[in-house]
Amino acid sequence: MVKMKEATIKEESGKAISITEVIIKDESETKQFGLNLGKDLKKGDVVALIGDLGTGKTTLTKYIGEGLGITEMVTSPTFTIIQEYYSGKLPLYHFDVYRINDIEEMAELGYEEYFYGDGITIIEWADKIMEIIPEHAIVINIEYGKTPDERVYECTF
Amino acid sequence: MDHLTMAIESSCDETSVAIVRNGREILSNIISSQIEVHKVFGGVVPEIASRHHLKNINGVADEALKVAGVTLDDIDLIGVTQGPGLVGALLIGLATAKAFAFAKNKPLVGVHHIQGHISANYIEHKELEPPFMALVVSGGHTSIIEVLGYNEFKVIGRTRDDAAGEAFDKVARVLGLGYPGGPLIDEIAKKGNKEAIHFKRVYLEKDGFDFSFSGTKTGVINYLNTEKQAGREINIPDVAASFQQAVMEVIVRKAVDAAEKLGQDKIVLAGGVAANSSLRTMLENACRHKGIMLFCPSTILCTDNAAMIACAAYYKYKEGYLDDMSLDAFPNLPLE
Repeated sequence: MVKMKEATIKEESGKAISITEVIIKDESETKQFGLNLGKDLKKGDVVALIGDLGTGKTTLTKYIGEGLGITEMVTSPTFTIIQEYYSGKLPLYHFDVYRINDIEEMAELGYEEYFYGDGITIIEWADKIMEIIPEHAIVINIEYGKTPDERVYECTF
Repeated sequence: MDHLTMAIESSCDETSVAIVRNGREILSNIISSQIEVHKVFGGVVPEIASRHHLKNINGVADEALKVAGVTLDDIDLIGVTQGPGLVGALLIGLATAKAFAFAKNKPLVGVHHIQGHISANYIEHKELEPPFMALVVSGGHTSIIEVLGYNEFKVIGRTRDDAAGEAFDKVARVLGLGYPGGPLIDEIAKKGNKEAIHFKRVYLEKDGFDFSFSGTKTGVINYLNTEKQAGREINIPDVAASFQQAVMEVIVRKAVDAAEKLGQDKIVLAGGVAANSSLRTMLENACRHKGIMLFCPSTILCTDNAAMIACAAYYKYKEGYLDDMSLDAFPNLPLE
């Protein structure tokens, strides 16, 4: 079973946001976490993933996609920045914004149509574009854990 | 009677226009990341921004016509990359191609970027004809494709996570080598020992031809973290050589297995990573050992360029493919 720890912190604005810390032991727990999250997501939800190379952002996205019922192979969108998938219960817009240097480049990609559209948006390297991440987004910050396979997810839900 | 194809490629970072005679002979192949063109435009084309394609495309097209010594009226066919790629970038190429086709009343054919990469080999090797097994390795793709005809493809295997070139870029980043990762790792690996560290080779299912490079990439990161925590010095050439060996071993084994299993006696290498010296050497050795003929394009034809798109467009047109003004960009266009 996935271990969870809850905490509430106050943002500078005074608005309270709750943070759930989830310890992921290995990829099987990533799968469990992703499938559950994918099943719970609703139209218009945005998931912002933050984490270094190799923390498993694309792997988590694959399992969230599986939870959404997507049958296509979800692969890394690094090359095209956006990959769209339509085989699930809702469209999935998968972003990798690592190569984005300027918010203007996001505007050129038409990000608003995705972030505020009728599907689910998952954004890898979301910390690079924090100023345009919608307020309602679920943020998951991924850190390395104590072992090579362990990861710590800090989630705003 | 000579047939001239003009083609446009703008799927990613490079704006390119080429004129190709009879499908296989390059009259011009202008790529906007080349130094000569940088001089013309006064700067390097930054990645992903379609507005830079827009700024450059007319100049590149003019240059392509000038170098080829022809005018738009001499062109018999317009080819253009339709996908996969960045949608904004693709649209610039498409709009330009459509404008030329419409203004001069020329036939228009949309091309899949990967079909273009494979076709680069028809330009390089005048005698090459399908069928063969193609191994496409680039920043965005790692696929084994059975090429049954000029326009008939069967994808046998592909990556389930990162493309090989992407894994190289990411590992180069953690090693502090910079971008693009492929050539940098290839270069520094020559000074390293490829047996120094054993990174996991991911073969997935025994008889399958899909790839996964994410685990090997994470293996490198874990190794670096462990060594750092233990206070040991990291030998970057050894890490680069060992990582490259782990990735290339899997690619070569799968490509050769696929050719053998499906009875193809030719392997055609394509895509940006086709320029990697370690991949070429390992593939050459494996093919020689198995009696398979290997075809590789020259370095300039490995990169994104419009000549390969012109070649693909020519063979599509010859087999009756034709598009109209409704031709659209598909960022995730499938090959089959």
